[in-house]
Amino acid sequence: MTLKIVASQCTSCSACEPECPNVAISEKNGTFVIDPKKCTECIGHFDVPQCAAVCPVDDTCVIDNAYPRYQPTA
Amino acid sequence: MHASTQHETTEVGMADKLAEVMQAKAEHQGCGTSGGSGKASCGSSAGQGDLPTEIWEKVKNHPCYSEEAHHHYARMHVAVAPACNIQCNYCNRKYDCANESRPGVVSEKLSPQQAAKKVLAVASTIPQMTVLGIAGPGDPLANPEKTFQTFELINRTAPDIKLCLSTNGLALPDHVDTIAGFNVDHVTITINMVDPEVGAKIYPWVFWKHKRYTGYEAAKLLTDRQMLGLEMLTERGILCKVNSVMIPGINDKHLVEVNRAVKSRGAFLHNIMPLISSPEHGTVFGLNGQRGPTAQELKALQDECEGEMNMMRHCRQCRADAVGLLGEDRSAEFTTDKIMAMEVNYDLESRKAYQALVEEERVAKVAAKQEELEALAGEQSDIKLLVAVATKGSGLINEHFGHAKEFQVWELSTGGAKFVGHRRVDLYCQGGYGEEDSLETIIRAINDCHAVFVAKIGGCPKADLVKAGIEPVDGFAHEFIEKSAITWFKEYLNKVKTGEIEHVVRGDAEIRQGALINAA
Repeated sequence: MTLKIVASQCTSCSACEPECPNVAISEKNGTFVIDPKKCTECIGHFDVPQCAAVCPVDDTCVIDNAYPRYQPTA
Repeated sequence: MHASTQHETTEVGMADKLAEVMQAKAEHQGCGTSGGSGKASCGSSAGQGDLPTEIWEKVKNHPCYSEEAHHHYARMHVAVAPACNIQCNYCNRKYDCANESRPGVVSEKLSPQQAAKKVLAVASTIPQMTVLGIAGPGDPLANPEKTFQTFELINRTAPDIKLCLSTNGLALPDHVDTIAGFNVDHVTITINMVDPEVGAKIYPWVFWKHKRYTGYEAAKLLTDRQMLGLEMLTERGILCKVNSVMIPGINDKHLVEVNRAVKSRGAFLHNIMPLISSPEHGTVFGLNGQRGPTAQELKALQDECEGEMNMMRHCRQCRADAVGLLGEDRSAEFTTDKIMAMEVNYDLESRKAYQALVEEERVAKVAAKQEELEALAGEQSDIKLLVAVATKGSGLINEHFGHAKEFQVWELSTGGAKFVGHRRVDLYCQGGYGEEDSLETIIRAINDCHAVFVAKIGGCPKADLVKAGIEPVDGFAHEFIEKSAITWFKEYLNKVKTGEIEHVVRGDAEIRQGALINAA
């Protein structure tokens, strides 16, 4: 899995962008989006996903069930 | 009221050690203001008062720091800092409608390059624009690259413009040296508590070093970082103002303690602002029914803290993209589209010439006040009362009652006239809020005043004001405020003395919610 940003809730504050250890977040059409190919749910970097921890709106950076769970390579 | 827990132990490791060091420093450093009853003038009246000369030189043309300067000089904020690192219960970053106007809200975010162009465009159009601030809409220091790049660009092209920034303080200790390096000489820190027990009711969380902290731990971390940042700034000679939001039942009594804590660490001005908590803003406090203070509650707290240090009374709680004199907003003239199309010719010499004229105007005003103070000499009375004034600026009674969007409130006593605040009366988007009850709104906003001074007033509102016990005074049109108020007050005392009128104490007044909008 990866995280996604619920576009209708995103305030475009940009707080998540610099926090992402994988540089997976960018601005697109006025809100921010997560590149599912780059997102690692912050596994191996931090205890919690950084985008969700810094986001000012609850339940906006959420797990995207459309993708399989991220598997860290040993 | 909660006792200070500044020295209590906490999970937030090293913070306690910091608190100890800070306390030790604070004790021998003293304060930038002279204490006791020797109150300085800044924030309350004209002139230097007892402010040290080096501080006065820095603040005298800064509208947000000198009450007197704000009539003559303009400031602007550029919204280059959208991200924030803490959550406050009085803030909701999601809400932004075209009619919405309050701190933390902006219509347009700017890149540092757009911001620099905007500053030049505004400074060329408004020669009295002397101050550029970065105040949000998030926290400038949670966006350090954007904030400092903006400062760098402006330093390069418009070196005469003073730079300032406003922060919640969490990231402040990390950036103090950079701030000093850009010659930022004014920093505002919003400090609502020094007791984490109180803070836990104001801040649901803070984000620090890749982790979200909540509750007591979050507030403890925040207060420690705020106090440390304040210490570090004042040590480097950077002027610090402290903003506090007064939240009745949560931190209202506690703010006296905050006032002492920030004074002892060298803050030179304290700005206690009323909570804005309309439910339509969608903030936690707005939704849970937390009320803001009344005018009397706010003034009583400001008066209580004033014995300790300079109080700012003229704050308009403006937006993070405001442009113009305090109390006006010209940001609509400077939208990104308009700025980018503008040919900007930054003329330092003509700005200087304009500002020299402003200085002459200020000197004349101070002289007029001096004359009148002499007239009051020898008067003995315990009567202290408030009057409202309709003014467009320049220290004159020069606004029509019906056109005023706000009134200045002055406290009159045999000690003279003292500016104590503003009351907003502008109509504000509240869904179906009509024109017909605007007079009632005005009366509620100045209900604690004995008189209202105006350049002109119609017959109908005049009669209604008299009925409400507020004397409309139009005999001093286009004259200096302080001089006129003192002349009126002298006559008032005489009438009381001769028994012609009886002095009665007025009731409380309402503080209008939301920031000022240009409804014109």
